[in-house]
Order: sequence, then C-alpha cells, then structure tokens
Amino acid sequence: MKRVLVRLERCLGCHTCELACAVAHSKAGTLPGAVLGGERPPIYIKVEQGGNLRFPAQCRHCTDAACIHACMSGALHRNEESGVVLCDQNKCVGCWMCVMTCPFGAISESLTHKAAKCDLCYDIGDPRCAAACPTGALSYEEVGSYDQTRRKEFIVNYLISEMKGAM
Amino acid sequence: MNNREKSIDPASLKMIAKAYSENVEICWDRYEAQQPQCGFGELGTCCRNCLQGPCRINPFGEPKTGICGASADTIVARNLLRSVTGGAATHVDHAFEAVEILQMAAEGSVPYDIKDEVKLYAIAAQLGIDGDGKDKYALAKELTQVIFADFGPSGGETMKYLLAMAPAERVEAWRSLGILPKSPDQEIRRSLHESTMGVDADPVNLLLNTAKMGLVDCYSGLKLGTDIQDIVFGTPAPVKSEANLGVLERDKVNIVVHGHVPFLSEKIVEWARRLEPEAIAAGAAGIQLAGLCCTGNEVLMRQGVAPAGNYLSQELALISGATDLIVVDVQCIMPSLPQVASCYHTRVVTTHAIGKIPGAEHIPFEPETADEDAARIVRMGIEAFARRDKAKIDIPSDKSEIWGGFSVEAIVGALATLDADNPLKPLVDNIAAGNILGAVGIVGCNNTRFTQDKVIVGLAKELLRQNVLLVVTGCAAHALGKAGLMNPDGAKKYAGHGLSAVLTAVGEAAGLGGPLPPVLHMGSCVDNARIGDLLAALADYLGVAIKDLPAAASAPELNHEKALSIGTWAVDLGLLTHIGMAPNVLGSPLVTKVLTEDLESLVGGKFYVEPDPVQAAEVIVSHIKAKRAALGI
Repeated sequence: MKRVLVRLERCLGCHTCELACAVAHSKAGTLPGAVLGGERPPIYIKVEQGGNLRFPAQCRHCTDAACIHACMSGALHRNEESGVVLCDQNKCVGCWMCVMTCPFGAISESLTHKAAKCDLCYDIGDPRCAAACPTGALSYEEVGSYDQTRRKEFIVNYLISEMKGAM
Repeated sequence: MNNREKSIDPASLKMIAKAYSENVEICWDRYEAQQPQCGFGELGTCCRNCLQGPCRINPFGEPKTGICGASADTIVARNLLRSVTGGAATHVDHAFEAVEILQMAAEGSVPYDIKDEVKLYAIAAQLGIDGDGKDKYALAKELTQVIFADFGPSGGETMKYLLAMAPAERVEAWRSLGILPKSPDQEIRRSLHESTMGVDADPVNLLLNTAKMGLVDCYSGLKLGTDIQDIVFGTPAPVKSEANLGVLERDKVNIVVHGHVPFLSEKIVEWARRLEPEAIAAGAAGIQLAGLCCTGNEVLMRQGVAPAGNYLSQELALISGATDLIVVDVQCIMPSLPQVASCYHTRVVTTHAIGKIPGAEHIPFEPETADEDAARIVRMGIEAFARRDKAKIDIPSDKSEIWGGFSVEAIVGALATLDADNPLKPLVDNIAAGNILGAVGIVGCNNTRFTQDKVIVGLAKELLRQNVLLVVTGCAAHALGKAGLMNPDGAKKYAGHGLSAVLTAVGEAAGLGGPLPPVLHMGSCVDNARIGDLLAALADYLGVAIKDLPAAASAPELNHEKALSIGTWAVDLGLLTHIGMAPNVLGSPLVTKVLTEDLESLVGGKFYVEPDPVQAAEVIVSHIKAKRAALGI
C-alpha cells in the first residue's frame, strides 16, 4: 500500500507542499493560473512547528480510521479499491465529530462548511505534495519500502557511529 | 526531460549527448535537480530583507503579511526594484570602466587608443562640449570629466548624459512622472535603501522608482557604454563570419572569449593574431578565436570573430574537447565551467577582480598591463593545445554564415546609398507603403526553462514572414545566427515578399551583391542602446514619439536581472515589450496589473507575457497594425 510518508528531519518548513496541494485542487491547475484567477483552492496539508520540529500534517488515511467510526451520516468512507479515506460532500452534515476525533488535526472546514480533507489526489494521479517536496521530506511510496530505508538509515547513522566510537 | 526539450540547436544536441556519454554534469541536469522550484520565490512573495524573515505570503490564504506588516504588493515591488537595480548596476559598472579606460587612453597611460574620432566629436558636441581646435586626446579628457560629473554629487540635477541623449518628448514624459534620475550611483544606492526593511511600503512608489532605474540602466549604462566603446574600439561596420560550435577547429589552438567587456576580449584577439607563429611552432595550424555570449557579440561586431554560441552553449563548447582555453570577465559565466573543464584538458581563466571562480586560474587583467596580460593568457592556450586528449575531441560540424556589425551608423550608411541626403527616407517610405510592416527588436538571454533558442527562432520566423524587420542583440542574436536567419539567404528563405524586396534593393545598392540579412545584428546587450538610437532617429524623422512607431521589443527567453532592467527601459521608451515568461511578480495582482496594463497610460509601453512564439507574434503584429492605423498608414 502506497502512502505519503514523512521523513521529519528533512522538513525545512518551506510550505511548498501547501502550494502544490492548493494548485492540485484549483480550477486552473497551475500556480500562475490559480493566482491570476484569484482562486482560493482548499489546502489539505499544513506544515506545523513544535519546538525545533516541523511537521507536514495531513490525513494519514488510517486503516482503522477514527473519523469514519465517528461519522454519523456516513459521509466519511473508505474507497475500497485504493483504501483512501474520502468525505462525501453530499452526505456531510457538518457536525465536526471527525474534526474532534482525528488525532492529527487533519480535517478542516470547507468554504461550504463541510468537512474537508486530503483525497490523496486520487482523481488526478499521485499526490502532488510529495512530488513537490524539494528535500524529500514527503514521499509517496510503499509502506514496506519506507521501513526498509529506515532500517538502513539506522544501521548507517547509529550502529556504525557506535562501533566507531567503540574502536 | 528528454534531449529534444533542451535545445533546437543541432550542435547543442550533439554536445549534450556527448556530455552524457562521458558522465559530465551540465546545466540541464542541474535544472532537473532543482525541480520543483519554490512557489513563493516564483511568485515574488518571499522576503529575505531582514533577519526576522524569511517571510512568505500565501497567495491562497493566511498569512497575508510578513512579520513587519509588509503586504504581498510591498514585498513583490521591493523585490522587483532590487532585481532591476541589480541589472542596472552591471551596465553602469561596465560603462564606468569604459569611461575610465577612455580617460587613461587619452592620457596615454594604457595601450588603448581612440579609434573613432568622428564619434568622439559627435558625442562631445551632443553634450555641449566645444571640440573646435582641440585634439582628440584633449577632447576625450574633457568628455570623461563631464561624464564623471554625472557620477558625483548631483546637487539635485538630472544626469547630463540622459538630457543630452534622450528624445525631448521622452524627457518631458519622464519629468512629469518624476522619474528623471540624478547621479546613477546615488539612484542605485537609494533603491537599495528604499527597498530595505522598514522604508518604502508603497508599491506604486516602488514601481515608479523601478521605472526610473530603467533610465539609469540605459543612460548611465547601455548608451554610455556603447558610445565610449565605439570611441575607443571603433564603430562597427558590416562583417561576415560563421556562428555555432562548428567554428572550433581540430588543428588549431581554440581560444574562447566569454563575458561582456571588450577591453579584455579586444586585447585577446589582438594577441592571438600576433602570437599565431608561436602556435604554429607548437604544432598547431594557427589560433582560432571564438566568442560566447556578449563578448562573442562584441568581437564579432568589431573584429569578425566567429560566435561559438549563447549562454546555454558555454559548457558545450568545453564538452567538444577542442577548447584549449576559455577566458572570461564578468556576467553570465557559469561557475560550473572549471568542473566541466576538469573532464578535459581545457584551461579556464578568470580575469576580473569581481569575477573569480573556484577551480579557475585567475590572471588579473589590468588596463596598464593589458598587452602583457593578454599575451600571457594566449600563451597559456598554446601550452594547453599540447595536452589535448584527441580521443575526447568531437567538434559538431554545424555552423551558419552570420553577418554582424549593423551599428546605427552602418545601417544609415547602407540606406544612404539609396538616398544620400535623406538616408532614413527609403526606410520610412517602405514602412508607409507597407512593404515593411514594422520593426521589432529581439533581444535577451537563454534560459533552461525554455528549449534553447526555440521561442526566439519561432518568434523571429513568424514576424519575418509577416514582413516585420528585425534588429537583434545579445544571446538572441546568437540563436538567430545559428539558425541561419542572419545572412542574405535568410532574406530569401524567411522574409515576406515586401520585406524581401526592400532588403534586396538596399543590399544591392550598398554593393553587398545580394539582399541585406532580414535580421540585423546590432551587437551585445549594452548595444541595445543602438536600437534605442535607431528608434529615436526614426521618430525624429517622422516627427512623432517613439511610442507611436509601428515597433515593439521582445526578450523571448529572458533570464538575467539585466533583461529586467533593459526591459524596463524599453517600456519607459514607450514600447510594447514582450517577454516569454513572467518575472517573479505574480504574487501581487497590483504589481502585475501595473506592469502589464497601467504603465501604458503613463509611459506608452507595457509588458506582455507569452511563452508561445506564434501567439506572441500574433499579438505583436496586431499591435504594430494598430500603431500604423493611428499614424494613418
């Protein structure tokens, strides 16, 4: 399963992912076009800072999603084919249960006062935020390949330096 | 990015393929590595002018101001003023060096002379200096003192050079807007002051001062530089040469000159010719000189040296494996050159106190020791020839005949063969009769965002087909030369019927044995002043303002800050100025609107952004037709 995964230490807080998300959800489809057209497209990813850490926060498309459990109208649902968690705007009543239950604060209010959240760009291709990230802090990849690179990084960064220290 | 998206120039494509087969990193690789580029920077809404920042304005929501309270309009306008000031500073610095050299030449302390006395006396007269009974050296000294006074404390006075050289109608238009510049150094200082944290926050005031900086760029930079260089080195006359990387020669020592200021390149050319016997003694068949970028234009215009290519070709000249030495001064020089050169035997020599590159050999080039310095550099090239790796040499065969040297004096000279008393009359008559629809200056750079030369050549072909006469400078000139548009055959192949007939008549009357090229090479980027002079002369002859002429300007593949300052001046002159991409201003709707709409009612000109050459040609042609209609022709 492919997801947008974060390498926190690489995030410089440039907000490029936010602009890419807005453009992906704009009518014009390009940055100059959306700006010149005076559009206000939604932005489903937000870079937040806590202490020295920056974190691009967006829907994690949880396998066991609290928002889906909490949704009383059935608006929040999982697309069975892709596993992406989506919000059906026709069914949403704006009760904000999802907003309160999401542990990541990844659901916000749309201009029409409905729940708005990341759709993983499922209708236009791969997520644009990950493609736009200049440092590789965001990547759209198989969860299995991410954990493998993490293991390798651990070996290089931690174990090898420990061994050098011991020698 | 496949190679076809990188360039339309066959020589470039061959060298790009060679670079990949030899694992040499070139600019297109770095362009790809830079993707995606920062959207805030692209929109101009990133402010780094103080240490509370960087602040970014979100075009789609919050935050709407920087920490100090600056809005997107303020930040964009400040950033634009800084860019245009950066562009103007290069030309003013270049021109100032030229004036210093003229002064030293007049004093006899440097190995340079005064080659064009006629121009010296003419420029002095325009500045109100009486040349009667003075010898050229005394007059040159007096001229430099008057010019230096422009750079000193202004006492609130407008710069003299502008008042003497700009059309009176324009001076009044600029005066009414309050944008007549004082001393250029003061204006550059002020604009950096104005755009720093906590000073000017009014986008309109910032934009007016940006328009003023365009005038600084021309009248203390472009125009001053060209005039003084003509006095020292001679005013260009038509000359035939060849363009593209195919001018490099397998059996000769290849010395490539690159940069902008002719004080270095003229001496290199002189000494390469004088030291040819040493090259032959070293086993070479001689010395082949080739030029890149604007230095390439300068030495083509005055010396007939073959232009090897424009900005995006500079690394490729080294990839050929046949460049023995590349010597550079300032502007548009890729810091990657030593890295690329390290894959071959090529020596990279920097010469200017403000233009050093890690990995290059630095030989300070001083006016007093210009001969010794130039000879030393040429000899370094001859030495390098012996160390060539023959297996790595692959010179593309592509080259096209190119004509250069079309100064205003040369164009008027050619026209005078048709009408000696009224040289501009044949040109104006043909414009009135519709044989020539109008004229467009195509200028400016290459830029990795565009397929090299594609927009420039596409636009030029489309305009020529519709009988628009083209004058060109800078890297755009290289592009059109390489593509074969700048020779007599180009007139037959690309010019529309009416234009082709006029070019043939002028070419034959001037004894060229064929048509004039349909694209007239007016020189380097500083030589854009020549285009301004030509337009001013035409407007004067017709008794109208430049803004009323059936003319336009275009920088299809702009890149450098200099392109922005030159473009600002073109708009100040009253010209519709086409650019192939928007500068970093779209984050401010106000600034964007002023540049592309409102300026027209203030100065007569405005910017027009269009990346598609055919679409751009259509809009330019309809602009020209509207101007013709307004003139009643």
